[in-house]
Amino acid sequence: MIAEAGHYALVLALGLAIIQSIVPMLGARWRDAGLMNVARSSALAQFLFVALSFGALTMLHVTSDFSVVNVFENSHSLKPLIYKFTGVWGNHEGSMLLWVLILALFGAMVAAFGNNLPLSLRANVLAVQAWIAAAFYLFILATSNPFLRIASPPIEGRDLNPILQDIGLAIHPPMLYLGYVGFSISFSFAVAALIEGRIDAAWARWVRPWTLMAWIFLTLGIAMGSYWAYYELGWGGWWFWDPVENASLMPWLSGTALLHSAVVMEKRNALKVWTILLAIITFSLSLLGTFLVRSGVLTSVHTFASDPSRGVFILLILCFFIGGSLALYAWRAPALRQGGLFAPISREGALVLNNLFLTTACVTVLVGTLYPLGLEVLTGDKISVGAPFFNLTFGPLFVPLLIAVPFGPLLAWKRGDLLGAAQRLFAAGVAALIVVALVWAWAKGGAALAPLAIGLAVFVIVGAAVELIERIGLLRVPFRTAMHRAIGLPRSNWGTAFAHAGLGVALIGIVCETTWNSERIASLKQNDIVTVADYSVKLESLIQRQGPNYREQIAQFVVSRDGQQVGAMSPSKRNFATRGMSTTEAALLTRGASQLYISLGEAGADGAIAVRIYYKPLVLLIWLGPMLMAFGGLLSLSDRRLRVGAPKPAKASRDLQPAE
Amino acid sequence: MALWFVLGLMTALAAFAVLWPLSRGGRSSPSGSELVVYRDQLAEVDRDAAAGLIAAPDADAARVEIGRRMIAASEAAPETSSAVHLIARRAVAVVALAGLPALAAGLYLAFGSPLLGGFPLAERQRADVSTASLDRLVGQVEAHLEKNPADARGWEVLAPVLFKLGRYEDAAKAFRNVITFKGESASRHADLGEALSAAAGGVISADAKKEFERAVALDAQEVKSRYFLGVAAEQDGRVEEARRIWQAMLDGAPADAPWRPLVQAALSQAGGTVVQRNGAPGPTSEDIAAAKDLNETDRNAMVRGMVDRLSSRLKQDGNDVQGWLRLVRAYMVLGENDTARQAVSDAQRVFEKDEQRLRELNDGIKQLGIGG
Repeated sequence: MIAEAGHYALVLALGLAIIQSIVPMLGARWRDAGLMNVARSSALAQFLFVALSFGALTMLHVTSDFSVVNVFENSHSLKPLIYKFTGVWGNHEGSMLLWVLILALFGAMVAAFGNNLPLSLRANVLAVQAWIAAAFYLFILATSNPFLRIASPPIEGRDLNPILQDIGLAIHPPMLYLGYVGFSISFSFAVAALIEGRIDAAWARWVRPWTLMAWIFLTLGIAMGSYWAYYELGWGGWWFWDPVENASLMPWLSGTALLHSAVVMEKRNALKVWTILLAIITFSLSLLGTFLVRSGVLTSVHTFASDPSRGVFILLILCFFIGGSLALYAWRAPALRQGGLFAPISREGALVLNNLFLTTACVTVLVGTLYPLGLEVLTGDKISVGAPFFNLTFGPLFVPLLIAVPFGPLLAWKRGDLLGAAQRLFAAGVAALIVVALVWAWAKGGAALAPLAIGLAVFVIVGAAVELIERIGLLRVPFRTAMHRAIGLPRSNWGTAFAHAGLGVALIGIVCETTWNSERIASLKQNDIVTVADYSVKLESLIQRQGPNYREQIAQFVVSRDGQQVGAMSPSKRNFATRGMSTTEAALLTRGASQLYISLGEAGADGAIAVRIYYKPLVLLIWLGPMLMAFGGLLSLSDRRLRVGAPKPAKASRDLQPAE
Repeated sequence: MALWFVLGLMTALAAFAVLWPLSRGGRSSPSGSELVVYRDQLAEVDRDAAAGLIAAPDADAARVEIGRRMIAASEAAPETSSAVHLIARRAVAVVALAGLPALAAGLYLAFGSPLLGGFPLAERQRADVSTASLDRLVGQVEAHLEKNPADARGWEVLAPVLFKLGRYEDAAKAFRNVITFKGESASRHADLGEALSAAAGGVISADAKKEFERAVALDAQEVKSRYFLGVAAEQDGRVEEARRIWQAMLDGAPADAPWRPLVQAALSQAGGTVVQRNGAPGPTSEDIAAAKDLNETDRNAMVRGMVDRLSSRLKQDGNDVQGWLRLVRAYMVLGENDTARQAVSDAQRVFEKDEQRLRELNDGIKQLGIGG
């Protein structure tokens, strides 16, 4: 009954999506408010039905109803309750259902909170949103139906892939999907604007919060996924340039560019063509990411679904939406009105530079991700494009970008003063040089470029602070006035500073971890001691324990430094009988922002166990940085005020460039 | 019935969601326009200028720019009058009332299984123990042993059940655990050997043979091992030796030994035939050898012949649960599910009065995965 009701609710959602994709658009054409408003009520109803459907699947998982194929294949009656919940989206069908749930959620949010939108724009946006939704409902029902039944239900399920039985799974995919799917709103807005043939500063004002929200979730989702890979896979790596990771990085890069373009557009009515194009590209990359992960064309840790019919279906969706929107763009974009003018050296100019670097970086990732796939399809050769490629392409693109980051906010709108900005950044430059000198003196070994990279990171962080200080006039006006201004400063300014500083913080973490990471691999018996960095690690005991649906072998270590005990660590290996798989549960000991990391290998016949011990200096900064960025985004999102970019009045007539 | 009611209710709700805005006439709901945004921007500039965040000349420049945009926007603003397109509205209403339910019903009937009830764990566990399926009881014991792997008594109970259920490999593991945790004995080695050979499809593998030999070494009179060593010899082509082993068994056996007929049968067939371990009359090795040379159709014909023989035997003397199960399985293998179901109901009628056997039969049928 529950399964069938959930199934039917999904079918109804498809029906509503089809109506929603046609009726409001006709209504907008004929200016019939009643027809346009169908978009609103059907978007809300659509969300209700998808939520019912998702709720039904969750209920089936929680009650272990193995008459449903999806539950039978991915659950087990002995599985802990939390994983019965997370197992709902820990498989292909369920995660696609989560995908459409979030899509419908965003649609419902536009319907519910979009009162400030012009009626026809809202109708068109929701109609475009419904096209996407209808395509994915059809995909789910036809190729990935989570509600298929077994006539004679088996007594026990096959259990969830043990790697996914982790709290990381509870958070990572929903976050990532909120990000991916959130960009569908900017896409719908862009396509709706192209259809209406009108785009202006007000449009950017409406689009910004949605883009920002998606960007925040995507940032957190990527960081979360990276941390999850770090502790769950047991290799101590946090980024593998794995195609699945790249698939989430690409929309992030173009989404970041979109965010910046939307600001320019809102404040200065410029960069229209950039903004529309980036909105289309960002969502296209999200779709591409979904295709890469869901079609099973990749074989990697994330790919737990494979079926060619699905791949072909998603590829068709991909072609239709990317091709269709780009064709519409090519047709309508030239008709868009010209935007505001600006000089090459200005805030707008700096943001164009930013867009160029980000999109180029995005293209290198795209090439690095798709080239091996293409080659395999064409010649059958299997090559892997890994860290060396990306370090050589992605790295050099990010260095000038990072140098430019502090300059951007210091340049005035319309026409800026590069020399003035450089003078104000003098303090940041000095701070960076001092740090470089200090690191050079202190560091033992490692790459020669590492101190320079840290200097660059410091430059970005101090630069962000300088921007704030300049804005409130901390050193020019009396302290009280400055504090007063700091309180009155728009929260979006604080957001910018936090997000830019987060970039620097993450860079410090990345450089320290990759340069001064120490690693020991040893085969240990009881009471053996190994030393890593300044820590000595002693194996106290090896014990066996029975978990709810696994057996685990736990190694207990005592960690001491200079004879002082600083903590205990107990990594383990879990053996899941149902799937005959085992997972490594690494143990982490946090010391400041640094971490000690132990993961277990195979146990030998003589009672010895292989152990990998890492000391990772300042590794936590890698994830603290993105969290700062997301926090900056939140600050900016909470800023209910409008963005006005006060242009510098022209002193003398200078030749200005048109925006596009 | 409740399901259809719920589905109907949902359909009505969906149709209502489409119809509702149409019923609200041409009255346009409040909607934003870009002029509002620019007006807010102007207010924002004033506030920033007052707070000293932007200089006065910058603020003036901003006001001029926003003003220019406002003029442009009010020129380009579309007429806001709302039309009522009656024909379209009626068409949409028809779609919502007829098209939507038709589409939903069509798709759902194509993909869904409205006749299947739910099967949640809690409901399964509430079921009475006496009618609980053997599978679930086995599952409970296995879960218990998963946590207490050294419980020899548990393995001892579980092992023969697993063997009867046809899970020979698990049974072999269980028998081996009995030996590990409870110590070895001739009969335990013999049981393990039997499970190993069953897992190998009736072939006495090297492992199984080792177990039988170990059993005989512990107790030279152990019947099962001696019999299977005979089978091993026969399978290896040493028919003479097999005959000798079996003959020795019969010579030394009391006249009323229950296994006497089995060994006698084996001996009488020795050289040409062998009897399966559970005593059920199976295909002779000649039959199997013949089957190897047959093509698919002929092989099916031969299988059919054997099935027919079994069926007619059961019609005369139906008091054989295993026989019935074999028949049902054979029909299922042949793809004749209807005949299989017919056989199930025939068998159930035969054992109507005999509760214990009926349960045994039903458990076996569940194991076969065919609804009774």
